[in-house]
Amino acid sequence: MSARELPYREAIREAIQIEMQRDPDVFIMGEDIGSYGGIYKVTKGLYEEFGPERVMDTPISEAGFVGAAIGAAMVGKRPIVELMFMDFSLVAADQILNQAGKQRFMSGDDFRVPMTIRTQQGAGGGVGAQHGQSLEALFMHIPGFAIALPSTAADAKGLMATAIRMDDPTMFIEHKTLYAEKDPVPEGEYLIPFGKAAIRTEGSDITLISYSASMLPTLKAAELLKTNHGINAEVIDLRTIVPVDWATLTASVMKTGHGIVIHEAHRRGGVGAEIAAELTQRTWGTLAAPIARIGGLDIPIPFSPSLEAVWHIQPEDIVNTALRTLKK
Amino acid sequence: MSLSTQQLEEAYAEMLRIRGFEERAQELYAKLHFKGSTHLGIGQEAVAVGTRLGLQDGDLVAPTYRGHAYALAWGMTSFSLFAELLGREAGSNHGRGGSKHMGSAELGVIPGNAIVAANLPIACGTALRAKMDGDDEVTVVVFGDGATNQAAFHEAMNLAAVWDLPVIFLCENNLYSEMTPIKDAVKVDELSIRASAYGMPGVRVDGMSVGAVADVVSQAAARARSGQGPTFIEAMTYRYCGHMPGDLCDYRTREEEAEWKSRDAIEACETLLIAAGKTPAETAAIRAQVEADLNTAEAEALASPLPDPSTINRGAAAWMETSR
Repeated sequence: MSARELPYREAIREAIQIEMQRDPDVFIMGEDIGSYGGIYKVTKGLYEEFGPERVMDTPISEAGFVGAAIGAAMVGKRPIVELMFMDFSLVAADQILNQAGKQRFMSGDDFRVPMTIRTQQGAGGGVGAQHGQSLEALFMHIPGFAIALPSTAADAKGLMATAIRMDDPTMFIEHKTLYAEKDPVPEGEYLIPFGKAAIRTEGSDITLISYSASMLPTLKAAELLKTNHGINAEVIDLRTIVPVDWATLTASVMKTGHGIVIHEAHRRGGVGAEIAAELTQRTWGTLAAPIARIGGLDIPIPFSPSLEAVWHIQPEDIVNTALRTLKK
Repeated sequence: MSLSTQQLEEAYAEMLRIRGFEERAQELYAKLHFKGSTHLGIGQEAVAVGTRLGLQDGDLVAPTYRGHAYALAWGMTSFSLFAELLGREAGSNHGRGGSKHMGSAELGVIPGNAIVAANLPIACGTALRAKMDGDDEVTVVVFGDGATNQAAFHEAMNLAAVWDLPVIFLCENNLYSEMTPIKDAVKVDELSIRASAYGMPGVRVDGMSVGAVADVVSQAAARARSGQGPTFIEAMTYRYCGHMPGDLCDYRTREEEAEWKSRDAIEACETLLIAAGKTPAETAAIRAQVEADLNTAEAEALASPLPDPSTINRGAAAWMETSR
């Protein structure tokens, strides 16, 4: 399969376009996604290709249109819903958590909800405390959704296509600071399974586990550890947090004996807590130190650039935690 | 639409079945045959039966947690629903949903919902599918007066109106939002006027008259099928029982209850049948047949097994963790 450089946003768009071409039941709706093309331009051009019936602008009415997507999915459609900001998912929280995630089980497998919620999250550029939150832990906690948080353009394409084809609800969480990031993306149909982590850098001393935009400082930290301290970190990109690829994580931590989970979301009650606790149980006896967590500060995201910079995880934070974990 | 004697007789039998079903459900709950809760609509049967009469085969219904009447009116067997209430494997949803969540893809019953206005947006979605695919299927979504104060009601009303969706918003106004009088919860005298704010017709109907309900529902359905969009119907009705088991209804008077019961829809239907030439012996025979069928269904459901614990992951997505 040939590949060419594409930015993250275009890779996502290509996956949606291909799925809409191959399955007439796939459609997309959301706020300003039609002729405007979405505020981050992910859906640009889809309206022209597929028309207003399949690329639908909605009122600013998250509970209304997420619910409508659920209903359409329950009777045979395969909707994609764009939530303009992850923060807005809370307006539709009942529909997402009480409705979409439970229909199949509560109905005794009589109804399914093959719906994909696309959204973007993350701090950066002064978006503040109601436009920049990372809320994946909320949706990981309640059984219902499979959840992907791609960090590369290729992964974004492959995971998006898989999400659309899945017969259960999926949440596809993009990161606003990644949209312009480019990497080689395979052409044509391209699928990446959920629950399969990617080992980005092999190493034997410590396992660094991350996903989404936090992969950038994590990869940078691995370089610094190697260059400045002679430490070989293994860097794992989770890709999906529901399901988690426990086999890959366990094998890596059993090899290195050390682990750190890094994510932008608040540390308290976060994905890192779940990963660290589970991995500790699975690798106890081979662990040389407690699995550490690095997350966003447990305060709302500040606006001012000087404060936002403090809030963000820096590669040095990861390096320092690694050195402590390794008792260096 | 005036009902034929045949339709009246069917409506009579169906209302009797629904009432008899719910009276038995009340007793089964009181005798601890099942737990959780059960929300009955004894007294409100004409709304469900009239609604079904006003629609066509293939039209969908999305009820609330007070939804037994709609599942039955849409063709669910008494046995299947008894078994679901009792948490049995043979239930409509294999005991996974219970009293509040019965549904059936085959019968066109979107599962009942325990969040009062949550099925309104979902019904917009089933209606959207019909519109996208060019089908003339209509979805009717049912909710109580209390649901008209929840955000999802307003979002769905607006969405359905602006997209001209083939959906009917059917409000069962039984005067009480759970235990609070609706007059203490809204500033308007008639809920139907709320429809005008969304650009759709709103109509109030006597919910104790199966014919009147069938009439307005069939008009709303015709409107929906011709692409003119949604209608809001406020059916004035009354639940003779409490909102839930143990509710003593001390928030309303016995006089008010007696006044509504004097307009009982089943009695009214029987009067119409007699006027149309049926004999008291014939209506008594219908009653006896309904009772006998319910007794059989109830006994069979009580005798049927609970789900095997090893089937706990039925309906769980592949990634859900169903073991410790």
